[in-house]
Amino acid sequence: MSSLNVTAHSVVEPTPTVKRIAGAIVIIYALVTMVPLAWIFLTSVKSPPDSISYPPKIVFTPTLEGFCNLFTTRTRQTPDYIQSLPAPTGACDEITRNRNMVIAGPSNYWPRFGNSLVIAFGSTFLAVSLGTLTAYGFSRFRVPLADDLLFFILSTRMMPPIAVAIPIYLMYRQFGLSDTALGMILLYTAVNVSLAVWLLKGFIDEIPREYEEAAMIDGYTRLQAFWKVVLPQATTGIAATAIFCLIFAWNEYAFAVLLTSGSAQTAPPFIPTIIGEGGQDWPAVAAGTTIFLVPILVFTIILRKQLLRGITFGAVRK
Amino acid sequence: MRKMTKILMGMSSALVLSTVIPGMAKADELTLCWAAWDPANALVELSKDFTAATGTTMKFEFVPWPNFADRILNELNSGGKLCDLLIGDSQWIGGSAENGYYVKLNDFFDKEGIKMSDFAEAAVNAYSTWPKGTPNYWALPAMGDANGWFYRKDWFAKPELQAEFKQKYGRDLGPPQTWDELKQVAEFFTGREIDGQKVYGAAIFTERASEGVTMGATSALYPFGFKYEQTPGKYDMEGAVNSADAVAGLEAYKALYKCCQPPGYTDSYMGEGLDAFKSGQVAMAMNWFAFFPGLHKDEKVGGDKIGFFVNPKQKVAASTLGGQGISVVANTDNMDGALAYIKWFAQPEVQKKWWALGGYAVHNAVLNEPSFKDSQPFAADFLVAMNQVQDFWQEPSYAILLQAMQKRLHDYVVADQGTAQEALDALVNDWKEIFEDEGKL
Amino acid sequence: MLAHATPTTIAARVRGLSDRAIAWLFVTPTIALLLAINIFPLIWAVYLSFTNFRANRPNAAVEGVGLRNYQRVLNDPDIWIAMQTTAHFVFWTILLQTVIGFALAYLIDRKFRGHGFWTTVILIPMMLSPAVVGNFWRFLYQPQIGLFNYIVSFFTGIPPSSFEMLGSVDLAPWAIIIVDTWMWTPYVMLICLAGLRSIPDYIYEAAEVDRASAWRQFWSITVPMALPFIMLAVLFRGIENFKMFDMVMLLTGGGPGSTTEVASITLKREAFESWLTGRSSAFAIILFVAVFGLANIYVKALNRVKQR
Repeated sequence: MSSLNVTAHSVVEPTPTVKRIAGAIVIIYALVTMVPLAWIFLTSVKSPPDSISYPPKIVFTPTLEGFCNLFTTRTRQTPDYIQSLPAPTGACDEITRNRNMVIAGPSNYWPRFGNSLVIAFGSTFLAVSLGTLTAYGFSRFRVPLADDLLFFILSTRMMPPIAVAIPIYLMYRQFGLSDTALGMILLYTAVNVSLAVWLLKGFIDEIPREYEEAAMIDGYTRLQAFWKVVLPQATTGIAATAIFCLIFAWNEYAFAVLLTSGSAQTAPPFIPTIIGEGGQDWPAVAAGTTIFLVPILVFTIILRKQLLRGITFGAVRK
Repeated sequence: MRKMTKILMGMSSALVLSTVIPGMAKADELTLCWAAWDPANALVELSKDFTAATGTTMKFEFVPWPNFADRILNELNSGGKLCDLLIGDSQWIGGSAENGYYVKLNDFFDKEGIKMSDFAEAAVNAYSTWPKGTPNYWALPAMGDANGWFYRKDWFAKPELQAEFKQKYGRDLGPPQTWDELKQVAEFFTGREIDGQKVYGAAIFTERASEGVTMGATSALYPFGFKYEQTPGKYDMEGAVNSADAVAGLEAYKALYKCCQPPGYTDSYMGEGLDAFKSGQVAMAMNWFAFFPGLHKDEKVGGDKIGFFVNPKQKVAASTLGGQGISVVANTDNMDGALAYIKWFAQPEVQKKWWALGGYAVHNAVLNEPSFKDSQPFAADFLVAMNQVQDFWQEPSYAILLQAMQKRLHDYVVADQGTAQEALDALVNDWKEIFEDEGKL
Repeated sequence: MLAHATPTTIAARVRGLSDRAIAWLFVTPTIALLLAINIFPLIWAVYLSFTNFRANRPNAAVEGVGLRNYQRVLNDPDIWIAMQTTAHFVFWTILLQTVIGFALAYLIDRKFRGHGFWTTVILIPMMLSPAVVGNFWRFLYQPQIGLFNYIVSFFTGIPPSSFEMLGSVDLAPWAIIIVDTWMWTPYVMLICLAGLRSIPDYIYEAAEVDRASAWRQFWSITVPMALPFIMLAVLFRGIENFKMFDMVMLLTGGGPGSTTEVASITLKREAFESWLTGRSSAFAIILFVAVFGLANIYVKALNRVKQR
């Protein structure tokens, strides 16, 4: 299993023509799948009329109006009233007034984004910590019913989230955890910990136990050996696991929409509800989407090696 | 890599700690929950006076209509403390009263001298009472509303169109009085090129997820003579819900959808309808009166380019009821503050300002003012509409009843399945089953 | 899979906590959390499924109704339609994703210049939130202002506003399949790539010696050796799409009519809009048993393929 080598095998090397054709097809596919994302970004810098023009505009004057609309709430006023106001204090103020509106206050976007950060990182941290400990426990000690427990841990992921949410909803209502960050962190941790244990056990199994034994002979306790020997060896696995947990928690929608309503609501249920005066304010939705996608894109690019290893590893393990 | 992990973990643990300590609700702060739409922005403006008078900070949680019922009922059911005050939909009264989610306001009204007789009777009945028609008040009428129509006055006034229409139908092109006329006018405009753009007859409600298609179709069903029950209170729906009149009404709605809805409006409700009108795609559109002040102010299609009319009649005159009352959420930590807001809101001067800012006050001090009818181009229509409103079931089980209707109507109107008779027969069966489970049948 | 013997010789020398204590210390918190947030609610849901409980009627009496909820769910034609919709969705997404995903993996495994970079680019859609991106696809599918219809029109000549991806009964099921395929093909591709790279070189070298054609090598070496991986990808995607909720909810809300109403959306409507908590719990249990059972049968088949 550990022989899986993502880098290369030097088979009968494909001919240059084959390579060129393969490359061309893959690149075309990649570019096509990027079109929706490019369109999200383009829409975020369009003005609302440009965004819904018919046919769609590819050439347009970029504006920050979408971002302004994303961050503020506005009310429509008469031109006379707007004339009577003191001079606008910022770019957004000016853009808004040109549409006969005034800024009434900040929108809920940043608080929701903040909730997403707290809940996603909080639950990832907990899931990975618990997962590492448990994986080590399963890997190194004889735990009663270990096989059953491991399978049980994994099978909890097969439930549709809506099905899980029914009793959770009742339970949280009972304990006052509805619409709290703590409740969401606990829930996401519970969902993620099964994956974390499963992935990390594989990684820890690979670390030769002789290392710890040697350390213990040198006078380390088991705990010290775990901390100083095993953990440093397992960082790649931990990082890969963390990304998976983070992607899940960052993007999760079903639980968030059912179990939060305001104070702990995350960005995914919030973004689709950004509306303008009529239907959805598409530039603002696109701006909110763009900002929301950035962290996960950055993570994907920085940690792509660990990610690849994590996915392929997960596949091989079963 | 290792550093990265450490930073990550440090960051997240700090974040976790900062949230586990719950935020304490401040005593001088109130959160008001409502739908996100034009009148809500007007309420923000209005509430600045309340803050100035009492020093209480107002926070607002506005949810778009398609998610509104879903999310706020969920919030109430989960015993959350998000809202102190709630402007909830009229159909919620039954459930919220029976489950104790709202505070009963009778004693408070008596103590503060707030009289329900000061408000329009239809509004009090629809927005405040449960059981219906009894003097048990769970809300103060906050916002009267009904489904109405608006049209492009400038297009209707074009002489060449006027002439062509007269030749074709033998009457003047104007706001339709009946559903038959409505269909003719809509067909007349559909496919025409106006101002360099292909236009369509009418934007109507077809939304599937919440209540859209039901609210739209009932605007046809009620005038055609649809009734929920043969005898009110008996739940004898057979022959009322699926009567020949009801079938004709539903067929008329589908015919309007088929002939004259712009492309892509297969799942559209208030927002999409406004967009269709504002972008100059449609000659007419149905929507709630609540949006009319904003539309009238619109720089592109407002002013003298827009006209308004009451829902056309057919056999009878009827409009679909909208509107809400303002209630105090029983779970609030700031009961005194919430009641103080209601007391403030009930004052005649505040109600007058509410109407001036774009809210539909239903206080008699506003409605009975001689100048009211002329205060806005849609004010007279509003009075007419409010006198002929009909509402959906307000039963505690309204949500299930509504869902069944949403499914049956959307299946028939948009997804083209079965006939109108079959759709309404199926609806009767759905509703029978629900009332049997309730023990009411 | 585990069952390593505890090295008792070392345990004896350990100071501080015994191994047993550490094992418990390390494993218990996770188990406790899972018991609290997964198992306890599951048992509660089983209990609720035999009652007429409604979460929005706190004052109503809860009565046992025996198997009536299960009977009703299983006899409800709407639920069977939802199951068929789900099956259609799962079948086509898996088929498309496996074919495209495997083809991509095969091409990437040709190791053209820059394949590492392009692999990362291809992966991006699967990192994104299905809800947030699904919501935006609604915009892309608008017949008048959306990009999708114009692109189709550009290549086929069909007028852009003459068809409605989300509004027509015939096209809507394909609209959700397209978005899901766009999002998740990369995932299948990655697993297939892992499979292709697990095939040892010497097998191909031997085939080369035997002068087997490239076509023959593909069908008699590449495909069979990668099959367990492909099957795994199918398993993962199958489970995920059986649970599908967010993307479809935001894209079509189950419409038009009920043509894209997958099982999770029906369940959501029953549980959180109708608040038929007892009945929806029964439905949830049925779904769970179905996916659990199918997955188990499938894993048995998978193991048989692996052992070949």
